[in-house]
Amino acid sequence: MSDQVGTITWISGPVVRARGSRHVGMLELVEVGTERLVGEVIGLRGDQITVQVYEETSGMKTGAPIYGTGLPLSVELGPGLIQSIYDGVQRPLPLIEEAMGPFIKRGARFNAISREKKWRFTPKVRAGDEVKGGAILGIAMETETFEHRVMLNPDDSGTITWVASAGDYTVEDAIAKVKMGKEEKTITMLQRWPVRRPRPFVRRRGVNVPLITGQRILDTFFPVAKGGAAGIPGPFGSGKTVTQHSIAKWADAEVIVYIGCGERGNEMTEVLQEFPHLVDPRTGRPLMERTVLIANTSNMPVAAREASIYTGITIAEYYRDMGYHVALMADSTSRWAEALREVSGRLEEMPAEEGYPAYLAGRLAEFYERAGFVDNLNGTQGSVSIVGAVSPPGGDFSEPVTQHTKRYIRCFWALDKSLASARHFPAINWLDSYSEYIEDVAAWWREKTGKDWLTMRNRAMELLSEEARLSQIVKLVGPDALPYTERMVLETTRLIREGILQQNATETVDAYSSVEKQIRMLELVLYFHERGMAIIKRGAPINLIHDLPVVDTIIRAKSTITNEEMTRFDDIQKQIDQQMGQLDAEYRS
Amino acid sequence: MSVVTVQGGQEVVGVARIEGPILVVEGAANVSYDEVVEIRDSRGHVRRGRVLEVGEGFAVIQSFAGSTGLSIDGTRVRFLGNTLHIPVAEEMLGRIFDGLGNPIDGGPEPLTDRYMDVNGQPINPTARIYPRDYIQTGISTIDGVNTLLRGQKLPLFSGAGMPHDQLAAQIVRQATLGKVAGAPQTEGEEFAIVFAAMGVKNDVADYFRRSFTESGALTRVAMFLNLADDPPVERIVTPRAALTLAEYLAYELEKHVLVVLTDMTNYGEALRQISNVRGEVPSRKGYPGYLYSDLASIYERTGRIRTSKGSITQIPILTMPNDDITHPMPDLTGYITEGQIVLGRELHFAGIYPPVAVLPSLSRLMKDGIGKNRTRDDHPRWGAQLYAAYAKTQDVRALASVIGEEELTEVDQKYLKFGRAFEREFVNQSFTENRTIERTLEIGWKLLSMLPKQELTRVTLDEIAQYYKGDDAAN
Repeated sequence: MSDQVGTITWISGPVVRARGSRHVGMLELVEVGTERLVGEVIGLRGDQITVQVYEETSGMKTGAPIYGTGLPLSVELGPGLIQSIYDGVQRPLPLIEEAMGPFIKRGARFNAISREKKWRFTPKVRAGDEVKGGAILGIAMETETFEHRVMLNPDDSGTITWVASAGDYTVEDAIAKVKMGKEEKTITMLQRWPVRRPRPFVRRRGVNVPLITGQRILDTFFPVAKGGAAGIPGPFGSGKTVTQHSIAKWADAEVIVYIGCGERGNEMTEVLQEFPHLVDPRTGRPLMERTVLIANTSNMPVAAREASIYTGITIAEYYRDMGYHVALMADSTSRWAEALREVSGRLEEMPAEEGYPAYLAGRLAEFYERAGFVDNLNGTQGSVSIVGAVSPPGGDFSEPVTQHTKRYIRCFWALDKSLASARHFPAINWLDSYSEYIEDVAAWWREKTGKDWLTMRNRAMELLSEEARLSQIVKLVGPDALPYTERMVLETTRLIREGILQQNATETVDAYSSVEKQIRMLELVLYFHERGMAIIKRGAPINLIHDLPVVDTIIRAKSTITNEEMTRFDDIQKQIDQQMGQLDAEYRS
Repeated sequence: MSVVTVQGGQEVVGVARIEGPILVVEGAANVSYDEVVEIRDSRGHVRRGRVLEVGEGFAVIQSFAGSTGLSIDGTRVRFLGNTLHIPVAEEMLGRIFDGLGNPIDGGPEPLTDRYMDVNGQPINPTARIYPRDYIQTGISTIDGVNTLLRGQKLPLFSGAGMPHDQLAAQIVRQATLGKVAGAPQTEGEEFAIVFAAMGVKNDVADYFRRSFTESGALTRVAMFLNLADDPPVERIVTPRAALTLAEYLAYELEKHVLVVLTDMTNYGEALRQISNVRGEVPSRKGYPGYLYSDLASIYERTGRIRTSKGSITQIPILTMPNDDITHPMPDLTGYITEGQIVLGRELHFAGIYPPVAVLPSLSRLMKDGIGKNRTRDDHPRWGAQLYAAYAKTQDVRALASVIGEEELTEVDQKYLKFGRAFEREFVNQSFTENRTIERTLEIGWKLLSMLPKQELTRVTLDEIAQYYKGDDAAN
């Protein structure tokens, strides 16, 4: 399928120039050199072809051939994606290991999706049905519980002339035939899609359902909506990856696409070894059975790092088209931007800020805009939510990647080194973070929990910002100088910080909080505050409140009360009533 | 210029351009990217280099030994047709090499027919084993609160004049496979040590050599030395040569290897120099945009793989210019490595050794190597509690410096006392003191017992009942 289209004239790292055909297309997939390494055309000038190569180019010679394929860089889509781990250009890493041993060598070529494996297919259409692009033709069981909806390619439409009967098929077996105009096309469960082209949908819907992550500071304080985009910037050691892993584990999405883009090898191994043993609280199945991993670690070829983001988002859109909610984690978008910068530098393009190319902002926008809650072509609804980690150099949020990212996301989770140093995790700074989805998801909370989440959340935020102001004074004059009413605020915010915001990802009980548990905890802390404040106003000294045994009980509740034991919070409320009641009685007279 | 084909490759006589360590050669055909060359000056001295860029009829070459004495017409460049390989053998332990892997201890070339590419190859994430076995270093600030695991990369961030060399030497001397607290101390498997010096002073290299000799470790150490007066460009190869040997020892001979790289800051400067000469677009502080990827290609050569029992643990040492942790070298290192041990100048001035600044230090893998059946059940929460208490101490100190110690509340005064004791008893230990994990835990609990019970919210009530020995232990 590939003919020689040129001869290599220049090599510098991942960028190669060749001279040859004027018929090679921009962004066409090409094979470079005698080892036929995977590359993509990124520039054309006369008969000069510029290619970025997705593999290490050491040892390559000028005069070597390049071959065209006539196709843009694409991913394979079909059953078998879930539970897979791929590199940045969708080569399955387990097969590479099988064939080449523990180290990744060059020139590996494997099908992304197994051609041998059979899937149980059940048709959902009949001969004679008119079908449009994206139509669901049938169901294949991708795991024991996950329905893979086999869809017609979005660009096709026509009349079904034949459908396979229920049974086991490989992804290359015909499962239907569709008459399109004059020709009849055989449909299989496998399709290809160019990674740089967003998959089409009918229209965007509003985003008003939160993506529940079980992380209290996210869900309760800075929620991201399904179909929304969030950025999580932070200096090294502030817990970006731990937070991303927690979301990947607990988010209430049906499919998780996790992209390890230019990060540590051990982190991907951790996910690979841990996820099969963790159970999804909603389906009772291993978490791996809803996860697709893309691993292009920091020592793997840099150009493939650039492609990994697109490979991931295209897979995410494919599951969205089936009517699923998909959450995509990209860790880290800064490494992706650096890959852009490196290739741009080799092309000697004029740099904009800090050596990044001028099109950085445009590329970031294209990526984040592929998030959304949409009406699909086939009438279902699905969403892709994006959580992108950003690694600003020196933890300085004014650098270009953080700044441009902020323009295209509506939810910003700012990680803070000083919180991380004090082992306050997740180290998300509540004063620097924001979410523009708060108003959008308020109705959902009211419906789901029957409680006024918005008012409570805003009240807690008000107390926290009051605390920030008071801490400035405390730093100058010490806490004793504050009136008791203000010290009561500090008592409450300590409960918010230690009892609610801090969450231990490694403890079984604390790792995931249900929304019911989250709002109940918030309610209790605010109740504690109102009761305490009333007593303080009657003249009781603050240390009486500080020394109440219930304070310790509230702080420990996150890790002592499971999501199923909601009634135990009523006991805590009784303790507050009882202990505060005594004080109240003393100072009433 | 003329091109001659000689045995083992083609040779070009004369070069077109020489700029710093970069040479441009014209007329050579069929040059491969990243190939090794031999550069012979008019007097016949040979130095090595490698190809950085190839185009039609020209090649850009980086000389590892600079360009002093090279002339336009009198230089011969011979292309060897292969990327840089070094010999690897078990008998290289106990030997000393230059930064390119040539013996400089007067001994013979290592006898082996095994040659490996210094660039290595990325480990497939699916072939890795996630590190879980902790290394007992006998140093409380590491074992207790920043535990090092086999297969981890944990750098020391230091500054000029601080005792990072001593600390690294102490780790190398004392490191054994960790045991569950209370288990009898058996003779641990010994680590093979690969030591790479990039641009450090002769005294430093000498210090390590003496220290290895004194502890009897010299026979299991391979040293790769590129000293301050050696050609800077050679530094680009030194860590790679060292790691190539380490990979052979760990993944083929199944040894546990500890790699010490010092000083990575000098490595970064060599990289910057090459980049500048080539006129590349710089990113921060003149460092090239690919600094992150380049550092990753060194640091990621760490870990354990499924086909071998061996492991590579890396301890790179970096001196932070002007003690600035946001400088590109420590910053990008921190993004790649699995944590960092930061040395603090204030502690050093206060006479505390090792001056580990506990708060900015971190071991990312610690959570997976400690706790029940590994060290002791309470260890993770005990560590978090020490961190939280010490962080609070810093706030209290700031407050005390404004309002005076007398004005502090009773609880805050206890924090001040805790902080002082923490630095003197927990952080501070002698260069020869090798603490067991239970001793470290015991000291920690003794210190936590100086605080009131209700301040200890990170540990469980059961743990308080078992280990807390403070004044209000009774109530």
